[in-house]
Amino acid sequence: MNLSITTQIAKTHLLSKKRQTLVAMLGVTFGIAMFITMISFMQGVNQFLEDSALDASPHVRMYNEVNTQRPALIDQLNRSDSAFNVIYHQKPKEQLSRLKNGFLIARRIEQEPGVLGVSPQLSTQAFYNNGPIQISGTIAGVDIDRENRLYNLKSRLKSGTIEALRSNPNGLIMGNVLARKLNVREGDKVSVTTPTGGTMILRVVGTFGFGIGTVDNTKSYANLSTVQEILQKDASYVTDIHIKMFDPLLALPLGKKLRAMYGYYTEDWATANSAILAGEKIRNVMTFVVSMTLLVVAGFGIYNIMNMNVINKIKDIAILKATGFEGKDIVLIFLLQAVFIGVLGGLLGLLIGFILSYLLSITPFNAGDFLSIKTFPVIFDPKYYGMGLLFGLITTVLAGYFPSRKASKVDPVSILRG
Amino acid sequence: MEKVLKASHFNKYFTEPDRFQVLKDVTFEVNKGEFLAIVGKSGCGKSTLLYLLSTMDTEYEGTLEINGQTLTGRSQDYLSKFRNEHLGFVFQFHFLLPEFTTLQNVMLPALKLGRYSEKEVEHRAYEKLKMIGMEDHARKLSSKLSGGQQQRVAIARALINDPTIVMGDEPTGNLDKTNTGIVFDIFREIAQENHQTIIAVTHDPDFAAGCDRVIEMSDGMIISSHENQI
Repeated sequence: MNLSITTQIAKTHLLSKKRQTLVAMLGVTFGIAMFITMISFMQGVNQFLEDSALDASPHVRMYNEVNTQRPALIDQLNRSDSAFNVIYHQKPKEQLSRLKNGFLIARRIEQEPGVLGVSPQLSTQAFYNNGPIQISGTIAGVDIDRENRLYNLKSRLKSGTIEALRSNPNGLIMGNVLARKLNVREGDKVSVTTPTGGTMILRVVGTFGFGIGTVDNTKSYANLSTVQEILQKDASYVTDIHIKMFDPLLALPLGKKLRAMYGYYTEDWATANSAILAGEKIRNVMTFVVSMTLLVVAGFGIYNIMNMNVINKIKDIAILKATGFEGKDIVLIFLLQAVFIGVLGGLLGLLIGFILSYLLSITPFNAGDFLSIKTFPVIFDPKYYGMGLLFGLITTVLAGYFPSRKASKVDPVSILRG
Repeated sequence: MEKVLKASHFNKYFTEPDRFQVLKDVTFEVNKGEFLAIVGKSGCGKSTLLYLLSTMDTEYEGTLEINGQTLTGRSQDYLSKFRNEHLGFVFQFHFLLPEFTTLQNVMLPALKLGRYSEKEVEHRAYEKLKMIGMEDHARKLSSKLSGGQQQRVAIARALINDPTIVMGDEPTGNLDKTNTGIVFDIFREIAQENHQTIIAVTHDPDFAAGCDRVIEMSDGMIISSHENQI
């Protein structure tokens, strides 16, 4: 194969029609630049949403589901096909949502491989009163050091300290949006009422913000013993065990295993956040569809230009064949042009794509209280740049190959005879 | 006399629009160093015959032998290589590659052949251009040359690989008297001095009269073959 001579011919063809070459190149450049920008932005959004959702939720949560449905005794005893039982107004039995031996289970889970931390806690609905204002939310009684290990609470604190909660039995660390609604700040007192009627006045010793509306709006942390006291429960009463893993993916099998071992319900992060994960999948598909469309359009641009090129050069092709160039040389001549256009246009596209995503990543964006971001989330991952270049190359090679093959099939006799 | 080309029992049909026999049992031989002209009225099949001899048209009956090699039934790639090495072409409408310089046009077939290094090829191309008196235009784009000049460059290109046979399809058909004379003299010279064979299809009676031998065709058949006395 005469690579150097075909390269030389391809080069001459490209340089003799600079404007046409440039237009073909810009098609690829635009396609790839948009591909890079879109995928970097979309993946950035996905990553951000996933991170914020995962950060604030446990990898596995173990709890006791309160199930009020139970079969009537008479149905169990007197079951027959010929008769039926009628029961009016059956009241549900009182059930506690406690985990029996919660602390023991927590200690055991801590010894499982891959577990980062375990936090047994007591979670209940509550009303927060500050004067006449009454807002409903939840209160979680926790061992604050364990909880900090799981959710890195220290870095989420907007005011106050974790130590303040540890040293103050009646302390409360409140979600920052909730605190704003109640118009309380560090040092103020809030009255907490539980559904069972217990009331206690607690002092706000800090506020936190996860950047997720549903948490910051409703949740407060107090000491485990304090919440047990409000609910008038004993010191071993816990309702939830939160577990964080080193590898989130290991949470799924662990959840199943724990459920089988202890008989309590377990919920892993994937189930808990299935809406976010589904949204992520849809966004991924969308990104790829749009990007592929852009690349295919660019590909058709190249195809058209290469086709015109072949038609314009049909005499030259005939003469090259007459002087001894083989079909594969002709294919190579035109394919090289397409590859050159693809590579150069692609590299330029990567650069422009990078610049666009950078500009996007410094564009201010106010998401309000719900999301803790100040600019658009953008991911700069070399993987996407490699993918962009690869896709660009594949489209140009395909778009260049068909006209090239047509060129190689030119019958010199019919052209040369005129 | 050594034979460089043997064409035996050529039959060729056109199928479009109707089946029509263009060549009827054409058989002839060409000697080494011979300057041969094929003449005849338009439509007599002389150009068709030339393109069969050029190996570019492969749909025919009969056998073609050049330089002792049978070329009938060979693959396209083989024939391409063979053309590159053993055949040179000059066409009526010059057909240079317009984006390339004169020198590059002449060099291309030799670079494809790859027998010599690029430096040597360039040197040889210069020699050929000198022979046809075009060395001053070597660096010009070929599209900037006049028709006669382009035809001379096309001859230089046909000669670059020292082919056994140079074929011309109306090589002077598009040229004025002066340029026709120049082109004819170049052909004459290569036939005589390099003992390369020239086969030219022509309408020009003066051109034919200057050749070693003239084959006259009519209705797809050779009706006469006579040697000119010079």
